[in-house]
Amino acid sequence: MTNIFNLLPPLLRGAGMTVQVTAGAIALCVPASSIAALARLSRNPLIAWASRCYIEVFRGTSAMVQLFWVFYVLPFFHVDISPIGSAILVLGFNGGAYGAEIIRGAIRAIPRGQLDAAVALNLPMVRRVTGVMIPQALPRIVPPMANLFIDILKNSALAGLVTVSDLTFQAQVLRESTLANGEVYGLVIVIYFLLAIVLSLLMRFIERRVHFPVGSRA
Amino acid sequence: MSWNWTFTWHILPKLLQGLAITVEATLAGTILALMIGLIWAGMLLSGRRILTLPARGIVELVRNTPLLIQLFFIYYVLPEVHIEMSALSTGIIALGVNYSAYTAEVYRAGLESIPRGQWNAAIALNLPRHRIWWDIILPQAVIPMIPALGNNLVAMFKDTPLLATITVGEMMQKALVIGDRTFRYLEPMTMVGVLFLVVSLMSSLGISRCEKLTARRR
Repeated sequence: MTNIFNLLPPLLRGAGMTVQVTAGAIALCVPASSIAALARLSRNPLIAWASRCYIEVFRGTSAMVQLFWVFYVLPFFHVDISPIGSAILVLGFNGGAYGAEIIRGAIRAIPRGQLDAAVALNLPMVRRVTGVMIPQALPRIVPPMANLFIDILKNSALAGLVTVSDLTFQAQVLRESTLANGEVYGLVIVIYFLLAIVLSLLMRFIERRVHFPVGSRA
Repeated sequence: MSWNWTFTWHILPKLLQGLAITVEATLAGTILALMIGLIWAGMLLSGRRILTLPARGIVELVRNTPLLIQLFFIYYVLPEVHIEMSALSTGIIALGVNYSAYTAEVYRAGLESIPRGQWNAAIALNLPRHRIWWDIILPQAVIPMIPALGNNLVAMFKDTPLLATITVGEMMQKALVIGDRTFRYLEPMTMVGVLFLVVSLMSSLGISRCEKLTARRR
């Protein structure tokens, strides 16, 4: 029976890497989903179509397939991305495809009259977006985004498969050196669960901040 | 490095063999998830804290930790308690247990969507319990569940490449083996992506068709 306290330091180091990969992917996911959502709603058919292709391809194949493609195939084209870079890139763009649909739905849920009124008031484009669209779309975006971020955290376990020394990777190393399978993976599950709880608490905090009561002047 | 069609045709049968195992794992995993999900849903809806609390705990734990880790946990820990089985069976169990948590929520949402009055009317008519369930509740509850269950099926399909990590010879594993032997990852990896894309796009189309059908019936 291996002492849990001997397992903890390397696992926590791995957890630090997991947090970094997840944070990087989330930081990439948010702009990617916003741009893809706006492009998907564009009146220019070519832009809308390109965005649709991006969304369908990333949602139609899984994150693992995409990650392995980037990791194994891109080097043949002399595109060398570090394992961490590929993990962040893939998880970010993968999440972006799902996030785009969330944002698109939220934008389309804004009553047409709101946008018409903003145009009628001759608000400049920037104010139409920041003053009318975003405040009304955000409360519909944040809760499903919180779920998406949890998915990104869970998918970040894949990074361990492409040699990123995250929680999953450290678990494999420890398992091979200690053979304490149950302890290692039991602990890893607990750590992932705790990370997910922290992330959802964070998102709940943000959710409260962006909640504008309907009908009020926000 | 450029695309080699002859090589692609040469490896396609191997990949399709892998696809068959992928589909097999998905179907078996789904059947398992449908059954285990029933247990959690029953516990969640029982209204007895001694049952709802553990069910809630298990569902949340499963939904907030990576499937990959759950897979490793089952794969490495079950042999320690002298439960030996094939890698494929282990993978199917992991998929089934993981998706049972999502399936339970679908069951719960479907049953809770039935208006209270339906229960009251059935009880007022003094129908026996099995007739209430069989003739009144289930026909109304099952139809709205179908699209959600279909989405779970597609999601599980896209999660099957994870089984490659425990040596199940599904599509991703076949591609990795081909890549290792020939040092050509471009064609096998890309074809895996294309095959996944084709199957999941077709199933999404099927689900939305199904959604329209069920919407009309109501």
